[in-house]
Amino acid sequence: MADHALDAAHDHDSHDHKPHGWRRWVYATNHKDIGTMYLVFACTMFFIGGAMAMVIRLELFKPGMQFVDPQLFNSMTTMHALVMIFGAVMPAWTGLANWMIPMQVGAPDMALPRLNNFSFWILPFAFTLLLSSLFVPGGAPAGGWTMYPPLVLQNGASFPMLIFSIHMMGASSILGAINVVVTIMNMRAPGMTLLRMPLFVWTWLITAYLLIAVMPVLAGAVTMLLTDHFFGTTFFTAAGGGDPVMFQHIFWFFGHPEVYILILPAFGIVSEVIPTFSRKPLFGYEAMVYAVASIAFLSFIVWAHHMFTVGMPLAAQLFFMLSTMLIAIPTGVKVFNWTATMWKGSLSFEPPMLFALAFLFLFTIGGFSGLMLAIVPADYQYQDTYFVVAHFHYVLVPGAVFGIMAGVYYWLPKWTGHMYNVRLANWHFWLSTIFVNVLFFPQHFLGLAGMPRRIPDYAVQFTDWNMVSSIGAFGFGLSQLLFPLLIWQCVRSGAKVGNRAWEGAHGLEWELPSPPPYHSWTEAPSDALIARGASH
Amino acid sequence: MANPQVPDGNQYYIPHDSPWPIRGSVALFAIMLGAIAYLNDWVGGWSFIPGAVLLAFMFFGWFGVVIGESRHNTYNMQVDRSFRMGMMWFIFSEVMFFAAFFGALFYARVLSVPWLGGEGVKVFTNFVLWPHFETSWPTNGPAHVGGIDGVFRTIPAIGIPMLNTAILLTSGLTITIAHHALRAGNRGKLALFLALTFLLGFTFVGFQAHEYGEAYRELGLRLSTGIYGSTFFMLTGFHGLHVTIGAIMLTVIWLRVLRGDFTPKRHFAFEAVAWYWHFVDVVWLGLFIFVYWL
Repeated sequence: MADHALDAAHDHDSHDHKPHGWRRWVYATNHKDIGTMYLVFACTMFFIGGAMAMVIRLELFKPGMQFVDPQLFNSMTTMHALVMIFGAVMPAWTGLANWMIPMQVGAPDMALPRLNNFSFWILPFAFTLLLSSLFVPGGAPAGGWTMYPPLVLQNGASFPMLIFSIHMMGASSILGAINVVVTIMNMRAPGMTLLRMPLFVWTWLITAYLLIAVMPVLAGAVTMLLTDHFFGTTFFTAAGGGDPVMFQHIFWFFGHPEVYILILPAFGIVSEVIPTFSRKPLFGYEAMVYAVASIAFLSFIVWAHHMFTVGMPLAAQLFFMLSTMLIAIPTGVKVFNWTATMWKGSLSFEPPMLFALAFLFLFTIGGFSGLMLAIVPADYQYQDTYFVVAHFHYVLVPGAVFGIMAGVYYWLPKWTGHMYNVRLANWHFWLSTIFVNVLFFPQHFLGLAGMPRRIPDYAVQFTDWNMVSSIGAFGFGLSQLLFPLLIWQCVRSGAKVGNRAWEGAHGLEWELPSPPPYHSWTEAPSDALIARGASH
Repeated sequence: MANPQVPDGNQYYIPHDSPWPIRGSVALFAIMLGAIAYLNDWVGGWSFIPGAVLLAFMFFGWFGVVIGESRHNTYNMQVDRSFRMGMMWFIFSEVMFFAAFFGALFYARVLSVPWLGGEGVKVFTNFVLWPHFETSWPTNGPAHVGGIDGVFRTIPAIGIPMLNTAILLTSGLTITIAHHALRAGNRGKLALFLALTFLLGFTFVGFQAHEYGEAYRELGLRLSTGIYGSTFFMLTGFHGLHVTIGAIMLTVIWLRVLRGDFTPKRHFAFEAVAWYWHFVDVVWLGLFIFVYWL
């Protein structure tokens, strides 16, 4: 043990000491290596979850049962959601946080590098558990990702696998979030005051608070499911004095902040990308910070809008309707500020900017359909229809996923030191944006016409728009294959770029070489550098 | 005392690559696999045991490295602050874990049980589903789930729970005395009061175990005794688990004190354990008031 300590002390001096071979990854403590593993993991899960979505859309291409039995279909909807939320989007954000936050706040690494390794390496094991449940008797979890009892308790052998994999994912998220908070609060370079931090750092700070606050609540909720199933507790059984609706309250107390966990870092990325390609500072920087904080606060008091139809007292419905609508105010501030940032700017449309602009338009559509769902009497009609599916896919795919794409296209030259094939990236953008609308826009019509969600078969009147939606899905799915191809090309053979890969880019990460040194800022950056970066 | 050769803020501490976290991940995986196999009646439930052993080994190894580095004055004040903040936010996450179960308790007492009794607009719930049920607390629900032939009694607050409250509050006091002694450099007093603290902790757990035995055998109060049994055992059970973990942590800290670790100015591990101990103390007060007393 003492030897370890001495080694650690010596390594201060050899900044670019990189471990080699498998140890570099399995024993990793470096924020960039761990960030890369997170991103590769997220991309893998994105394609696994995407393949499940393809099964869903294939089955729904026309009415009648074609390819899968209803049980497998339900497993696909359930697993698609779990894989995409916990396996693709959340790890992608943590990967971006790992790569960018130390560079952006002027630190050498994350505050707790060994913990960082732990939070990543829990994930592959958690998803091995979850995905292997596809092969156990009774099949994978099929009761929906929201795990409502009593339905979820009817899962077969996959039930404890679901619960324990959620526990592991939760542990990973909490540890990762603690690391982010501590890094931001304690590792900022002197002079990097809170209100000089880039918006991506701000949004991640607030996201991390949300994670620490709600992931344990999810752990509690699934623990109650576990004991209800195996140990005779009656939390969710009316006969014993419990209530199945109680699960929904506890779950959505986690679930609503969770949806902001999925989207807030995207706000941060868009707030970095739009100023860069508008050649103007972000309009209303402080208002943007306060807006994110307000959204995060409100996320704790709106949860029951997910469950208006369960039979709540009127006063509760009114409260949750109004508090939900309040979120439109800070969100409106953000949308207007992004728009105002572009006003009279010198705009150019490189791939990150294209994704950010598509985010701006399409996320706003998802936001508006959210407002429609917030209205209690209207929600009675929309509840559990494809309208809801259309709504949350608009905020999650052209919202969160496009945010991730914008971030990757923005920072990929920084990470690799190479520019990617912009033509190919433009193709990726346009194919994605066209097909994502072909895929999800018709689902609004289907939902308003009354098509329920989570069914493998439907009435013939819904056929046309389902076909359109499925074609959009196949197009979207196939066009994503360009993405790993493009990254591979970029790493192998892209043209070299300088420190500031985009001439309008501001922030400390652009003051470092591309690719940056193994330990980002081994000496704190000067005040002048920080001031130049924080030109908002 | 901070090592004067490591000036704060000018030099960052970056650890070596480490084999410990991956061992922790493998251990968690083995534990989960074992639990799943056990619950599903599959073969392989035994993998829980090597998993738990590996996890314990991981804690020894990982913390051993950290302690070793600390003794070589590898850490500057910035690292110290990172550890402190990390521990605080970890405790906050634990608070939220308990909040889920307290939420379940309050929901049952304030909403779901009265609704089953027909309160408010839920008159038909009672009329159609459970016509003979009247709202009461404690309850094992309209179907009288669990207990001894559907009947159970509760543990009165005045008795062992009251005694346990006194024990935990006293232990909060003794650890504070130990902390003052550490800061004053009085190592004998420190070791004594630290030992008292974990002895009180283990005593608490012993009483709790005794109380559980009585509840199961004589009172008919079990995990499966309706919503009262569910909330009672899950809340007090997770709390008892945390007290046990906390008392083990205190014991480790005590052994480190005997070995000569910690200085009057630098003793993060001691403080982290003390915070954790105060946290389980506060949770207990909530339990005593809302589970046993009211």
